[in-house]
Amino acid sequence: MSELIAIRRKIRMQAISVGLAVAPFGAAFGALCTEAGLGTWEALGFSSFVFGGSSQFAAVTVLAEGGTIIAAVIAGLLLNLRSLAFGVVMAPSLQGSLLWRALTSQLMIDEATAVGSSQESHALRRYGYLWAGLSVFILWNFMTWVGVALLSGTGTLIEDLGIDATIPAAFLGLVWPKFSSNDHRKLAVIGIVLAFILVPFVPPGIPVIAAASAVIFLRPWRDRDHNE
Amino acid sequence: MSNAVIVMVSLAGGTYVLKAFGPLLLSNDRSLPLWLKRFATLIPTPLLAALVMTSTITNDDQIVVDARIAGVVAAIIALSKRVPFVFVVIIAAAVTALWRLVIG
Repeated sequence: MSELIAIRRKIRMQAISVGLAVAPFGAAFGALCTEAGLGTWEALGFSSFVFGGSSQFAAVTVLAEGGTIIAAVIAGLLLNLRSLAFGVVMAPSLQGSLLWRALTSQLMIDEATAVGSSQESHALRRYGYLWAGLSVFILWNFMTWVGVALLSGTGTLIEDLGIDATIPAAFLGLVWPKFSSNDHRKLAVIGIVLAFILVPFVPPGIPVIAAASAVIFLRPWRDRDHNE
Repeated sequence: MSNAVIVMVSLAGGTYVLKAFGPLLLSNDRSLPLWLKRFATLIPTPLLAALVMTSTITNDDQIVVDARIAGVVAAIIALSKRVPFVFVVIIAAAVTALWRLVIG
């Protein structure tokens, strides 16, 4: 029994750690929203209702760069496709009433899935998923608000403090661990080249969506093991 | 409604469908086809890489080279030295700010 308590404490520590790790992103997202002309409630709406870090950045970045509504939504949705896979992974551990499953599904993000799926039993997987999901949800929204509150109406402060550079740095930090795989390095290079070529010719936001088509170069429909 | 609200509501709705599909509709033993899982794991990489590029060297539909590049180069160095994420972001901002202050 005391062993279970120790395991749970360890899970709670992991959950709080991942929450703290994404917190600066939340502030950066708030800052981005301010830069893009969004208000506090719009920024918080993204952080609670969309609640998917990279997709929020992508959608608002596309808007800020003058892209269309459809381009912004598609860019965001493509980044959240992985939540579909996460849901499949976590489903067996999230059994319960329809309402319970409907509510807890909102927490289906990288961090919740990472902490949850690394536990042994269904009960602990659910425990980790909920703790990590809620930890990130609370800190993410709080820091979004901090980012907006500290950085709105401050003129050139975003550029003076170099906060515009935190966005590519944050994206880079998210994708960096993937670069240990050959396939993923190839994908990144092809994606960048495709997007770069398209920038002058198509509306903002489209190059990023087009970059996703880089995956066809790996022919993922073939039956072979990919080194993830 | 502002464009931002329309994007927020549409993206939130679409994202929720993706998030809740598994928990709401799958029983324990069913799963997605393998090729779809592969697409889902591969797509974020080129997408995020392209976003790094556009948020570093473009404004709207123009290529713009400015101090952001210095910040991103610093971030690359920091990441390759295994600096924790929080500091990578701070370093990128600091280098960019310093570059603007000193060089313009």
